[in-house]
Amino acid sequence: MNALRERAIVSLRSVPSLPKHVRIQFDTVRLAFAVLSPERVFWPNNISLDILRRCDGRSSVSAIIAGLAVEYDAPEEEVAGDVTAFLQEWSDKLLVTQ
Amino acid sequence: MSDPLLPPIGMLAELTHRCPLQCPYCSNPTELLKANRELDTATWLDLFDQAADLGVLQVHLSGGEPTLRQDIEQLVAGLSGRHVYTNLITAGVGIAEGRIEAFAAAGLDHVQLSIQGARAATTERIGNHRGGHEKKLETARRVRAAGLPLTINAPIHRHNIEEVPEFIELALSLGAERLEIANVQYAGWALVNRDALMPDHASVERQVEIVEAAQERLRGILNIDFVTPDYFAIYPKPCMGGWARDAFMVAPDGTVLPCHAANTIRSLRFERFGERSLAQIWTDSPAFNAFRGTGWMQEPCRSCERREIDWGGCRCQAMAIAGDPAATDPACVKSPIHARMGRFIDDALASAVSAGTDDKKAAESFVYRRIAATTQPA
Repeated sequence: MNALRERAIVSLRSVPSLPKHVRIQFDTVRLAFAVLSPERVFWPNNISLDILRRCDGRSSVSAIIAGLAVEYDAPEEEVAGDVTAFLQEWSDKLLVTQ
Repeated sequence: MSDPLLPPIGMLAELTHRCPLQCPYCSNPTELLKANRELDTATWLDLFDQAADLGVLQVHLSGGEPTLRQDIEQLVAGLSGRHVYTNLITAGVGIAEGRIEAFAAAGLDHVQLSIQGARAATTERIGNHRGGHEKKLETARRVRAAGLPLTINAPIHRHNIEEVPEFIELALSLGAERLEIANVQYAGWALVNRDALMPDHASVERQVEIVEAAQERLRGILNIDFVTPDYFAIYPKPCMGGWARDAFMVAPDGTVLPCHAANTIRSLRFERFGERSLAQIWTDSPAFNAFRGTGWMQEPCRSCERREIDWGGCRCQAMAIAGDPAATDPACVKSPIHARMGRFIDDALASAVSAGTDDKKAAESFVYRRIAATTQPA
């Protein structure tokens, strides 16, 4: 049964998205964005939020990196490492699919 | 109390104490409420509205068996309308055809299904319910077919600790995303049955190795949450993330409590929703303020560098074992009575030896969860 599923490894060609049961929501009580998931609530910082919002099921990881590099006026290779590591971590928690 | 009061994030709604299973470690109180004490649909919906206003982001619909209530669909729809994340915690037996699909259509976000054994015979013996295992597996399949994410909850004790590897395979085969290997917490019914449930040291050590290896092997495939056994611990758990810090629970009759077992602290009086609003109870209730933050702590907690990591541990365990709800949780190595935990393990194992290795005989020593199965404490 193990063979049915494999750990997903994030590459530049991956097209990440948030599964239906993971959602970003503005909390009107705390005036902050929360990520709601099974049994857990996360409070992402602005950069994490920017990455997660771009996980729309259409943009590739390389497109996400290019977009963030422009927005943050940072070199792509620097952004690439951070974004890939972040998405791998969230993928390993099954909070991002690709 | 010097810390600022934050709004609650999570709420556990024990909608009913009725349940088709009789697990001898149930987290419900030993004095179970009958159906006629349960809040009606409108009151729960009002309570959920107030919870959302207060800042609650996740509601866990639990029991007893929540699906014995016919209004789960309405309750989920109400919560979903307020964008509250909903989690159904079910034993998964006897859910009528089409209902899981109806829960999904109402906006349910997640299902947590308890399974008492990885083997059918174990599930039947622990829950005291014939055919329970097959019904649970069928529920898991229906949950996944309805497109809902699934967590398998496996409460662990002496009678199934050797089945942990099989639980992991079972969770994978059912398409679960999460598996909770949750060692039984000795409060409520589990405290009544402690001698019959306590595992031995070698099994606990083996279990830790198995779970850690599986967490590594299954990274990105299955999330395994490990709830460690308190009696074998060095430090206590931050029970509920700290008393009345970011979560609370509501009993079937609307009593609002900081945790499952808080009722065992007889010196506290807990208020019912309706007598006061939820916001008033969360903010002002003397029972909620009794152990908030760190101001209430005695030594060794008061000067401990871990005081805001584990918040003194479990108040109910301090009550049950130290006889003082403001004492350090005896699970902590710094507690002056920590050694008592080890003696309870030894006592339990001695009684296990005298009961023999026959599983059926061991099960006969369970005090199964049912109304009026225990006498009320004076």
